[in-house]
Amino acid sequence: MTATSSKVTRVIGYSALAFTALALLFGLVISGPEVNMRDSVRLLYVHVPSILTAYLCFGITLVGSVIYLRNRSTFWDLVAGSAAEVGTLYLAFALITGAVWGKPTWGTYWEWDPRLTSTAVMFIMYLGYLALRRMELPHEVRSRRAAVLGVVNIINVIVVHYSVQWWRGLHQGRTFGLDPQIRDMQYFSWFLGTVALGLIAAWLIIHRFRVGWLERQLDEIHLEEALVERRGEGV
Amino acid sequence: MVEDGFRKKADAAPIVELSGVISLIGRFPALAGLDLTINDGEIVVLRGPNGAGKTTLLRLCAGLAPLNDGVGRIMDLDLGDRVQRRRIRRQAGMLSQQTFLYDELTVEENLQFWATANRADPEAIEPVLDRLDLGRRLRTVKVSGLSTGQRRRASLAVMVCRRPKLWLLDEPHAGLDRAGRDFVDDLVGHAVRFGATVLIASHDVERAEELATRTVQMAGGRVLVDTNTRGESDRQEDLDAS
Amino acid sequence: MLRDAWLMAVKDLRIEFATRVVTGQILPFGALVLILFGFSISPDLTVVGTDRRSMLAQAAPGLFWVTVLLAALLALGRAFAVESADGNLDALKMAGLDPAGIFLGKVAAVAVQLLLLEVVLGLGAFLLYATPLHDPVMLLTTVILATAGITAAGTLYAALASGLRVRDTLVPLLVLPVLAPVLLAAGLATQAAVFGSADNGWLWTALLGVFALIYLAVGMLAFGLIMEES
Repeated sequence: MTATSSKVTRVIGYSALAFTALALLFGLVISGPEVNMRDSVRLLYVHVPSILTAYLCFGITLVGSVIYLRNRSTFWDLVAGSAAEVGTLYLAFALITGAVWGKPTWGTYWEWDPRLTSTAVMFIMYLGYLALRRMELPHEVRSRRAAVLGVVNIINVIVVHYSVQWWRGLHQGRTFGLDPQIRDMQYFSWFLGTVALGLIAAWLIIHRFRVGWLERQLDEIHLEEALVERRGEGV
Repeated sequence: MVEDGFRKKADAAPIVELSGVISLIGRFPALAGLDLTINDGEIVVLRGPNGAGKTTLLRLCAGLAPLNDGVGRIMDLDLGDRVQRRRIRRQAGMLSQQTFLYDELTVEENLQFWATANRADPEAIEPVLDRLDLGRRLRTVKVSGLSTGQRRRASLAVMVCRRPKLWLLDEPHAGLDRAGRDFVDDLVGHAVRFGATVLIASHDVERAEELATRTVQMAGGRVLVDTNTRGESDRQEDLDAS
Repeated sequence: MLRDAWLMAVKDLRIEFATRVVTGQILPFGALVLILFGFSISPDLTVVGTDRRSMLAQAAPGLFWVTVLLAALLALGRAFAVESADGNLDALKMAGLDPAGIFLGKVAAVAVQLLLLEVVLGLGAFLLYATPLHDPVMLLTTVILATAGITAAGTLYAALASGLRVRDTLVPLLVLPVLAPVLLAAGLATQAAVFGSADNGWLWTALLGVFALIYLAVGMLAFGLIMEES
């Protein structure tokens, strides 16, 4: 492997572009405003999918970390790391869109809503995970610590989620499925947004993974050079 | 008992058996394809310029430096296996620039802690303290208040209490006075009589070679020349091959 | 395992006894933080309610636990600085100590020091913030369980960052989000214990217990993986 793109990622990339265009068209033009939320409902077409995708990414990080701890393969370490990076990005996006959506809906950018609060804490936890992955450590050591953190983070997320929920009392409930005001074209726009953001995430993860993989290959080449140089010392 | 130690089991596996070992410190190959075999009861002296990889070799044998490539067996245990490496660590003893002591505790407290941690016989502490001249005044002194030589002696005391099978000594004579050096040499001789194998990295060539049964010259993370002190030198064949 | 834990804990406490870092440096730091909170929240402000409590007294449980968290970060840093000073972590590996034992020992030693801090800082909070005390048993339970949780999670994360030059800055980033539930639960339980408010304090105390158990278990399992590396 010498490049980060391949036939598969090109297909994913173009589909992502196509679905993004469709999502924009349906989300901004074709579908109408919602009764209560008015036009701000359109933010939910990207806000909710980005949260869902972030959760999916962190799920992949968990799986990658568990498998890494079992077989210590570079592959799964990189999978875990790439997914966490993209997941954190999506979570940041979700927090921002959530705040922008909150201003017209709740009247404030930030509400001490349990889901919002625990999401913010979770975001910081994954920033910590990424910070640990950036540390100057031997690969095996860093990967192992990151894998431990990748697993423990999920436990944290669950604990934080429930404790914050108990703290703020019961949440108003999910916006979709329970809210009869959103239907038809709005649902379809949301669906398109989900597909587009999902594809973009897949594209990003694969490319991030390949960059990581190439970095490792580069390390191998550097190591070969360093070995030759080292063996030449003092002979 | 002492005589038993002298008898060598001819068919016993080597204590150190390394082939093509690569060990990285960060991204730097401190050991770059090293081959070395050391048999039971040998006293091997490692020589070579600074940065030749002597310390890393000792740390590798202690199960502390990573084995990134190649095959390494220490005391017939696989360095690459997590569980076996843990057993290697327990049976190896290391004296290094780092003295493995808690500055904040006294000599006696340090010895008690490390002896208990290593499941050593608590009775063994007293005679060791006496033998290392740490018995009377120094035992209640905090380690931070010791001189370099005294610190090394305290570190040595811990090692003696542990009774390791493989002694890994990094510049054991450095920072010691004449009596201290003599004492180290006595200890090494004593340890070998009781069945230990010793690997010494030393610049004190004369002293070390007096002790040694074998001298290994290192450079660039590999073995350059392997000399049997009791016999003739044999230059490693594979040296030119690379 | 328990033998190793005991050995480590006694050793760490002995070091603390010899150096007095926690009592001589971290404790005054905590007291200072309590006073600074007093500066930042004017003691003259009152909460409108039945008993017109001062805002400072009302916020006291939360402020107290934030102070404890800050002090705990310092104590954890200290607990690992001691090990990395002279290559001692290597020596611990060579001694073949049970990693779970090392973990429990560290947790126990930090917990003892933290409990001491909490007693003194707690008294300070009562005096400085003029807080009432409704249910001492609940308060005591809260303090013990919260301490167990803070030290268990804290020790695990401090170990993840050990041996790194940026440890001092990385540990707070890793640990504080994880301890957010402890801050919440301990704060609310303490509120219930001191004011006797309607909130069910024992429920929060139970959550603290669950938290402590989870992280003790995770730490014991994960410590081996963290320690094993060469």
